[in-house]
This record gives sequence, C-alpha cells and structure tokens, in this order.
Amino acid sequence: MSEATALDLTARQIDPSQMKVSDEVAIQITQMNKWYGTFHVLRDINMTVNRGERIVICGPSGSGKSTLIRCINRLEEHQQGQIIVDGTELTSDLKNIDKVRSEVGMVFQHFNLFPHLTILENLTLAPIWVRKTPKAEAVEVAMHYLRKVKIPEQANKYPGQLSGGQQQRVAIARSLCMKPRIMLFDEPTSALDPEMIKEVLDTMIELAEEGMTMLCVTHEMGFAQAVANRVIFMDQGQIVEQNNPKEFFNNPQSDRTKLFLSQILGH
Amino acid sequence: MNTSTSTFVRTEMLPEQAPPLTESGAVKWVRENLFSSVLNGILTVLGVVIVAYLVIGIAPWLSRSVWNAGSLSECRQIIAERWGEGVTGACWAVIRERWPQYLFGFYPSHLYWRPVLAFVLLCVAVAPVLFDKLPRKMLWFSLVYPAVGFWLLWGGSVWVPVMAVAGFAIGYAAAKFLQPVAGTIIAAIAAVLAPVLWWLFLAGPAADALQSLLPIALESVRSREFGGFILAFTIGFTGIAFSLPLGVMLALGRQSDMFIVNKLSVGFIEFIRGVPLITLLFTASLLLNYFLPPGTDFDIILRVIIMVVLFAAAYIAEVVRGGLAALPRGQYEAADALGLDYWKAQRLIIMPQALKISIPGIVSTFIGLFKDTTLVVFVGLLDPLKGITDAVRASTDWKGIYWEPYIFVGAIFFLFCFGMSRYSMYLESKLKTDHR
Repeated sequence: MSEATALDLTARQIDPSQMKVSDEVAIQITQMNKWYGTFHVLRDINMTVNRGERIVICGPSGSGKSTLIRCINRLEEHQQGQIIVDGTELTSDLKNIDKVRSEVGMVFQHFNLFPHLTILENLTLAPIWVRKTPKAEAVEVAMHYLRKVKIPEQANKYPGQLSGGQQQRVAIARSLCMKPRIMLFDEPTSALDPEMIKEVLDTMIELAEEGMTMLCVTHEMGFAQAVANRVIFMDQGQIVEQNNPKEFFNNPQSDRTKLFLSQILGH
Repeated sequence: MNTSTSTFVRTEMLPEQAPPLTESGAVKWVRENLFSSVLNGILTVLGVVIVAYLVIGIAPWLSRSVWNAGSLSECRQIIAERWGEGVTGACWAVIRERWPQYLFGFYPSHLYWRPVLAFVLLCVAVAPVLFDKLPRKMLWFSLVYPAVGFWLLWGGSVWVPVMAVAGFAIGYAAAKFLQPVAGTIIAAIAAVLAPVLWWLFLAGPAADALQSLLPIALESVRSREFGGFILAFTIGFTGIAFSLPLGVMLALGRQSDMFIVNKLSVGFIEFIRGVPLITLLFTASLLLNYFLPPGTDFDIILRVIIMVVLFAAAYIAEVVRGGLAALPRGQYEAADALGLDYWKAQRLIIMPQALKISIPGIVSTFIGLFKDTTLVVFVGLLDPLKGITDAVRASTDWKGIYWEPYIFVGAIFFLFCFGMSRYSMYLESKLKTDHR
C-alpha cells in the first residue's frame, strides 16, 4: 500500500454511498477520441457524471487519465465525439470555452500558483477580472476560502514562501473562489512530501462532504475508499473498468485491473 | 578520555571563544580575497601594477586642468605658465565655453527654455512609470507627455499635437462603441483603422482650421537645428518608450499560432536584426525619399526615430521571447483554467513574469539604443559625440583639441547608462518574489 493510504482517512466515519448524488447531469462525454499526432491517446470515451458525484480516475502512467480530465476544460482539444459540460458543448468557440472554464475549477499536480502575486492576489485575480466582482467582495470571499483551507495567516505572503502542502491548499482555494460547480484534480498530491499529503486530502474530503462534483486523478486509494462513489480504471486510453469503490477494490473484474491493484496495493 | 568508545556525559559547557587572529578581520580578508593561491597572488600584484600605471599616466594631466580660457592656444599658454614648459594638461575651458552647443546644438538660443522645460516635464512624466510609490494619477500626464514634449521642442501650432492625440481618442471611441454592436474583431480593426485614416486625411486640415479659429502657436524650430544632447535624448527616450511595447507585440506575434502573424513577426525580427543600424539610417535619410510622393516633407528626426524604434524593437522581441520561453507551461494552463482570456492572461500573468525575467536584456537593449543615437551623425544630424565635437573643432579657437570633448560626452553618456543599469538592478530586487 502506498504511504499515504496508511493515513487513516476512513476514520472520518463517512460512508461515501450515503452522500447524495443528484440525477442532474454535470458532464456528458460521448464517443470521444483524441490523438497526439498519430498517437491515439483517448479511445471511445463514454462517460456521464451526475452533479454531486465524486469520481476517482486511476490507471498506470500514460493511460490517458490526465488527458481525459484536461479535455473537460479544454486544456486539451479532442478531435472526435462530444463533451458537454453544464449544458455547454466544448467546441472551438472561445466564448463557450471561457464559459466552461470559469465554471470548472482545476487543481494541478504542480500547483501552478502565480509566483509574482501574493496569496490573496492569486485568489482574487480571476474573480475580479473574469467575474467582475468588486475588489472588496473578492477579498472577503478569498479570506473565507483561505480560512476554510486553514491558512488565512499566509494571505500576504508569496507562493514561494509556502510549503508544498500549503501551496496546494491555496491552489484549491483559488479554484473555489470562482465558485465552480465542478472541480477537477490532476494528481493533486503526487508532488508532495508524505506528511503534506494528508492536509491536502483533508481539504478535498471536506469539499466532497459539501457535495462538490469532483473528478480526481490520483493514486491515493485511501482517498478513493473514503469519499469516491465511483472509481474509473483506465488503461491504454480507454475506460477498462468502473465500479463503486468497495466492489472495485474487493472484487475487480478485469485482469488488467487486478494486475494494477496488485501492483499498487501489493507491498 | 576517549569519548568515542565509552559513554560520555558533559558536565560543564564550554564558553564561546574568540576566533584565532588569522581567521578574522583584515588579515583574513586579504588572505582569502587577494592571496588565496599563487595564481591569485600574481594576478593581484599584476592588477595593482596596471591600475597604478594608469593612474600615474592620467592623474598629472587631470591635475593640470584649466577651466578658464578663450582658446586652445590660450589654454596651453596658461598650462606652460603655471606648470612649466613642455607639460600637458586638460583644457576643460572648451566645455565651459561651448556647453550650450553640446546641450542644444544649433537650437535658437532665445528658445533654450523650451527644451529645458521639456526635459523637466520628461522627468515628471517618467517618474511615476519608474517608481510605483508615486500617485498613479500622474500616469495620465505620462500618457500625454509625448504631445507636450513634441510641441515644446518643435513648436508650431498647438493643434497639431492635439489632433494627433485626438486620433487615439477616436480609436478608443471606435472600439468602445463598436464592440457591443459588431463584435471584438471588427471593433479591433476599427480601433486601428479609424485613427490611421484620421491622421492621414483629416488631422492636418482640422489642425489648420482650428489654428485659424484660435491661433495658439510657439515659434517653430526645424529639425536640422537640433543637435547635441537634446537630439540624443529626443531620439533615445522616444526610441525607448516606443520600442518596448512594439517589441512585446512582436514577441507575442512570434509565439502566436496564427500563421500569418507568426511569419510576419519572424520575418520582421530576422530582417531587422540581420541589418546594421547604419543601413537602416541611410534608408531613412536617402532611400525613403524615392518611395514617398515628391514634395513630401517627412521630418528627418521622425524618420530616424522610426528606424531606431524598429531596430530596438526587434532585439527586445527576442529578449522578451527568452523570458516567455522561461515560464513554465503550467502558468499558461492555470490562467486558462481560471477562465482568463488571452489578453488578460498575457497582461496579468504572463507578461509581468516574462518581463521581469527579461529586465537585464531589455535594459541592455535600451542602453545600446541610447548610445547608438550617436550614429545619426552619418545622416547629417549633429550628435553630441562627433557632430558637435567636429563643429567645435572646426572653429579656429579650438582647432586641435582632442581628448576633453570626448571625455565630457562620454561621461554624460556613462552617467545616464549607469543610471539605467542601477535602476534595472533596483527593479529586479524589488520584483524578486521567488525567495530562492
């Protein structure tokens, strides 16, 4: 088992299956294909995400899981098929893209905070310039989310002065300041030291408990068991298996999944 | 007692002691910095010898300075009287007598107050750009300063610069009103096209009409009368002010995915960088006349400024491109993911960081541009270094003077270039937020 799963996340006593999932569709992906040059990265992806779902996407490296969630806010362009996010279809229309992006928050592996701005400025930038929120209100919202991720005292520091875990929590708060309806996490804990992983996962669990729609590419199987209502396993650009966490971990169906699980959980 | 093999408990703590004499103070510094090795020792001695040689050569000449004399021969006579026959000395009297010419060239002397006022206002206009502690409202003055400076330096009807500024207002208005009606692209095209048409066809007649209605004018001064440092400053500062934005646009063009924009930018940058500045200046002064309609009076200083701006912009574009390339892709992605559009992302996220990285290169380009203003001597303008000095030496009084004018002009250039260099270091340390 990886180090972080040793953290006792299940001790929070929440049952992911009890958390509410609505019937409303948040993301609809149909027959989506993507190529990098001639390399076929994503093949026939079909997927529906309902509002309030917490989905963990896992798979070996190069399986296309990051590419998949990056297609959802069009950091990557798909060539075939359809992606509809919150009722807006992603095409080359820039207006639609900006609309989707301002509704979908994204957290990156390497945080990608803006190093030339203070933490507070990082948080208020998009609300002020994209949402046209008055500055005072944006600052208030930013402080609210900084308190929520438990680092309000860092507001006037620069990202370079914070630890990795703190930076990632700031990155989460930065996304939340845009009041997104969907959050995408692209390996949010992979660049962190083990002792910092827990603080970030705690923040994410809290978010899940509040009913945020979340898609999370991660290898933190403890996190998957604690909050996910669905685990998707990808290999070679295709969805190989998806199931609820209990079934997925205890009773995997495909040989590929069994092999993967034995590799990441087997020592 | 051997503490490494048996248990050990310290019973009394050791007090702090002063380091040995050889490990502190001047002795240590000299040993570490000047004589740390045999080679270092030899180099130290050699360096001292070279410095001493230079000082011994120059100091006596400088110490025998003459500040009051009417001509070079008078100067030499004074030196001979004071310090004896056959010695040499510096004759700064030439600067004392001719400094107005060094500063103003052949600018009419009863109008000297105008360039002086223009320079003072330039300082006021530049200050809020350089120091962000000053009130931001001052930037409005910085924006209109080019028109004010132009009017003070060249004179003529006040309506000419006012109508030129009106062109920008027209462009802004066109963009503002067309955007909701016709969309961003048409508004952008109109914002460029409307002012250009205004300047080409309407600004001139409008200025004439207003001048006949309400005549406000300063005595006009022709470009050929400019010279010395006002020429160098006019070209240098205008060049600096306009080459930076143009350079940034070219750098973005070169990074663009749009085929035509990209290829035009690359072509422009590579062509301009591949050609000596003098070639461009000759083109400006000679060849351009063949292409322009006969009788067009296209101001020579304006032509030179355009060429200098294009030249410096190509270099700045490459320096800024280096800064852009140094930014991690994640910064673009984070800006995109937050829903910032291209221009907002550039302005708020990308450029502040890319320009910060590029500061040393940009300032080097500016310093180079400022010094290259002396090359305008080749198109017949009186630059301070050669143009004015030659004019001074052409007089019978100062025929044969050699070092002093060059040292003086060099010192002034050094002062400004060194100032720019120090400012860039201040800016770098002020913008340092990465805490490495």
